[in-house]
Amino acid sequence: MITIAEWREKLESERCYDLISELFDRIERSKLNAFITLNKEEALRLAEEYDKGKLKGKLAGIPVAVKDCISTRGLRTTCGSKMLHNYIPPFDAHVVERLKQEGAITIGKTNMDEFAMGTTTETSYFGVVRNPYDLDRVAGGSSGGSGACLGGDESVLALGSDTGGSIRCPASFCGVVGLKPTYGLVSRYGLIPYANSLEQIGPMACCVEDCAKLLEVIAGRDSRDSTNAGVEFRFNPVDKKFKVGIIREMGGNDDVMGKFEEVVNEIIKPNFEVVEVSMPSFKYALPAYYIIAMSEASSNLARYDGVRYGYALDKLDTWTKYFSKVRAEGFGEEVKRRIMLGTYALSAGYYGKYYLKALKVRTLVKRDFERALKDCDVLIAPTMPALPFKIGELADPLTMYKMDVNTVPINLAGVPALSIPIGFVKGLPVGMQIIGRYFEENTILSFALKIEREVKHEI
Amino acid sequence: MITKEDVYHIANLAKIELKEDEVEKFRQEFEKILEYFNILDEVPEDVEPTYQVHNLSNVFREDNPAEPLPREEVLMNAKHVEDGYFKGPKIMEG
Repeated sequence: MITIAEWREKLESERCYDLISELFDRIERSKLNAFITLNKEEALRLAEEYDKGKLKGKLAGIPVAVKDCISTRGLRTTCGSKMLHNYIPPFDAHVVERLKQEGAITIGKTNMDEFAMGTTTETSYFGVVRNPYDLDRVAGGSSGGSGACLGGDESVLALGSDTGGSIRCPASFCGVVGLKPTYGLVSRYGLIPYANSLEQIGPMACCVEDCAKLLEVIAGRDSRDSTNAGVEFRFNPVDKKFKVGIIREMGGNDDVMGKFEEVVNEIIKPNFEVVEVSMPSFKYALPAYYIIAMSEASSNLARYDGVRYGYALDKLDTWTKYFSKVRAEGFGEEVKRRIMLGTYALSAGYYGKYYLKALKVRTLVKRDFERALKDCDVLIAPTMPALPFKIGELADPLTMYKMDVNTVPINLAGVPALSIPIGFVKGLPVGMQIIGRYFEENTILSFALKIEREVKHEI
Repeated sequence: MITKEDVYHIANLAKIELKEDEVEKFRQEFEKILEYFNILDEVPEDVEPTYQVHNLSNVFREDNPAEPLPREEVLMNAKHVEDGYFKGPKIMEG
């Protein structure tokens, strides 16, 4: 894995153009399938600019991979779907504008579950992403390409998006750091929507410091997203005896829990004050999350009509026939499943039973977090309940949904959470989730920095 | 209980044409998933719903004209274009 500091050190003695070329050679030979579209010509042009001293900014000359649900002007953005296989956005997302302003080099668009609906990147129209530690296993999802390209030395930084764990899951499975920011910290302008009230764009990187640096660049005011909080972020590490709450309701299988408990006993307990916290509402969080996400998806994805952009038929039929056929051919199975279940949950007679009930659970989950975080600085749990799955292992949809059990409560409440690698079991990475108060990413990252040092020391 | 007719009805509302063999597969899956969702019946009714976590209501801004998206780049993504406009399917039969 390549950190910003390591990349900069190389830039001292080598041309940026050569380093970026080497990176593309590596990506083109790779078996990971982390990228859907490469931005080779433009990236090499920017590298030349850097070599001439013309590319300036906080991330000048640093390669960044951008998840393919984030709009990039003039660069194909597919959302992992046949529906958008040929879509070229006419504008940049806010976060992409920010990357450009700070001199970052976008090397390509990363593979993902179709419309970010999945936990393994197996629903991508462009094929599964493979885990850098075992090619027969998944890299996680939905930001699987962003996780794998970092774990596989194919980028230095990456952007992901997280609706119910889509940054933290691949970060955990690929042994990298990934943060889902507080809802409203990062503008969603230009993020192709799946479930607006749950999702955030967030940074992924090979170490905590780099993750913080990328967040500094992408956070902040943008009036084009009306849920944007207008809050800036600056990383200013604090050193204190953090009070840490271990969430009783978030667990995992023996592989994961063995590693998690080892880290709790050997690193966390000796250095911090530790308590156990209980979150009774989490029993309802997973179904509530899926009902809200599917309902919002059914409304959001109504825009794919084969008229303005995306997959289209040669012949325009009558409206209902054309629309229904475009969507039958353009969407994959999981997307259809979620749109239809969301349609059902919002339909007459079921709104109160499903959607409204789910919004009530959201209140309970939010209260549980607020109560626990009044007493604790951070809360911790395993990010994923299992090690990276074998490709094809989770064939049944409900079994797949249940793997998001530890990550979705965070999105329901909108609090920030980071996944950090804590070691390996059977040669596969294990991640720990660190959750904090609204807009206290600084506390999470400060705590994560300490854990990172201790874990490195132990390995 | 979810019937095949229910699946056709939902698919029609969602405007997704289904093939015969997809219907039974979706029916079985929906039944299983919805049954799992029924655990929410235990949740008390007297809780306020949370639509948005920061409880923001309307956010206003000045209505100032800004640069529109470049027409050529926008239309480039459409298959059916006429005289600088999108061309859509007929809304009425016949």
